[in-house]
Amino acid sequence: MKKWKKKETESKSKFKTLIIDETHYKTNLISKFENRKKYIVPDAKKVISVIPGTIVKIFVKEGQKVKRGDNIIILEAMKMQNRIKSPRPGVVKIIKVKEGEKIAKGVLMLELE
Amino acid sequence: MALKRKIRELQQRREQVLKGGGDKAIEKQISMGKLTARERIIFLLDEDSFNEYDLFVEHEARDFDMDKKVLHGDGVVIGTGTIYGAPICIFAQDFTVAGGSLGLMHSRKITKIMDHALKMRMPLIGINDSGGARIQEGVNSLAGYGEIFFRNTLASGVIPQISVILGPCAGGAVYSPALTDFVFVVDKISKMFITGPEVIKTVLGEEISMEDLGGAKVHSEITGNAHFYAESEAKCFEQIKELITYIPWNNSRKAKVFKSKDPKKEYKIENIVPDNPKLPYDVRNVIKAVTDDSGFLEVHERWAGNIVVGFGRMEGQTIGFVANQPIVLAGVLDIDSSDKAGRFIRYCDAFNIPIVTLVDLPGYLPGVDQEHAGVIRHGAKILYAYSEATVPKITVILRKAYGGGYIAMNSRHLRADFVFAWPGAEIAVMGPEGAANIIFRREIMGSDDPEKVRKQKVKEYKNKFANPYVAASKGYIDSVIEPQETRKLLLHAIGVSQNKSSAGPKKKHGIPPF
Repeated sequence: MKKWKKKETESKSKFKTLIIDETHYKTNLISKFENRKKYIVPDAKKVISVIPGTIVKIFVKEGQKVKRGDNIIILEAMKMQNRIKSPRPGVVKIIKVKEGEKIAKGVLMLELE
Repeated sequence: MALKRKIRELQQRREQVLKGGGDKAIEKQISMGKLTARERIIFLLDEDSFNEYDLFVEHEARDFDMDKKVLHGDGVVIGTGTIYGAPICIFAQDFTVAGGSLGLMHSRKITKIMDHALKMRMPLIGINDSGGARIQEGVNSLAGYGEIFFRNTLASGVIPQISVILGPCAGGAVYSPALTDFVFVVDKISKMFITGPEVIKTVLGEEISMEDLGGAKVHSEITGNAHFYAESEAKCFEQIKELITYIPWNNSRKAKVFKSKDPKKEYKIENIVPDNPKLPYDVRNVIKAVTDDSGFLEVHERWAGNIVVGFGRMEGQTIGFVANQPIVLAGVLDIDSSDKAGRFIRYCDAFNIPIVTLVDLPGYLPGVDQEHAGVIRHGAKILYAYSEATVPKITVILRKAYGGGYIAMNSRHLRADFVFAWPGAEIAVMGPEGAANIIFRREIMGSDDPEKVRKQKVKEYKNKFANPYVAASKGYIDSVIEPQETRKLLLHAIGVSQNKSSAGPKKKHGIPPF
């Protein structure tokens, strides 16, 4: 019995904690769990690439007024030219990409005011 | 005299073909740390058991000067042999011949041996080491892949199909292994991907090495595409041979029965599981405490470690084990672990292997990433697999069994044949902390000392519900047993389940959530 108790205290220090239904479990975490993407509340002012590709054309300039649905960027991905439209009316605050630039998925391309 | 001359000619022809792609190509193969196709087969099969067919097959391609090229055996070796006496159909792609590229005749050789395996109801092993489609043969090589995939699917659940990745296996070629039962990979040798690093770089601008994109570690730890990982080809062959001893030749047979052996004395079942449900332990030790000679062949050892699946023997008979692993992510069910267990359960069911389930889990893993990645439909896989399985299904609840996790882990309600629980089992909707906070929220919040009341209520709930007797009083558990009785009762349960018959309604096939 005594031997077992000792083992329990040892394991307490070695393991990490995972909380399920308010219960704190001692366990090992795996890299896939620890590296999981934190959820970010989407911001309609930020235009983010949903697919990796090349910026073929930018139709707008910083400071320019846009309506909802205006073409703002052409992002070529998988040999397809995707027209990126403005998600809302507003003024272009900053353009983060250049024509000809290759970008990954999830990259901030443009921000509206 | 004439016959002698003809025999000499045969010998010369054989000798030439058996050289594969020639000395230079063989040297290159060796320098990559790989064995040649025929060496691999000879290593894997019983001594002197291999017979090769279609040695003299030649390709028929004419375009791009292919008619001037001789490709011995068209880059693939096929034949039959045995592993520990079990009959085996095998093919091995020969990288020394045109990079093991798949053309029409190459694929015809493979489908010939596949057809043979299905017709003769014997296991099929495919060794993949190929640069991909033989581009010079155009659509014929695509047709070849398609014919292979179709046969993989046709044979699925009828004969065991094993894929061994011992070199590149890229593009469409990856889908044959993906359709088979078990995929074996070897460190630094196996490479699997749909599109290679070069394409990814040109299209997406992302730079990645072959190893990091689709090496053995990636597929055995991250993607779950590979079931067995080994450090060398020799060790990989040992794993395959061991697996063959656990599985039957086909779905109308049972696996070979070995001589019964007691578990090793060092696995003391009563000392493995801590009393406190929040503390971890390695559930594999519980499995080893009940199996013959404490043997256990783990499948998917490096992936989704929060559930453990694999084969052991009890009284010599193969048993499939599924167990929550408290030492990894507290043993929760999540997308990967449901996928892993669901597939394993279906394998056991298809090949007449009884399933023993060991339960100790806090429930499903919460998180936006899990919800958005579809934990609902993926988590349903384990429910589907258990409900559908008609082999003997026996459950032992070792400690906690909370919420949806309790239902999913082969509960009585999914038609477990026997459900046993250890005295420390807690069967409840959730752990005492969470439950008390919900049920007694008002009393806790309304009191002068909420912390004190909370603790008291948690204790109350624990005493009342954190035990196996509530579930036992409803007949959801058949017996509450002492840990030391586990092996004896499992053997009994398996013994009395030998003639189980439980046919469901007639249907073409169900619609599992995949």
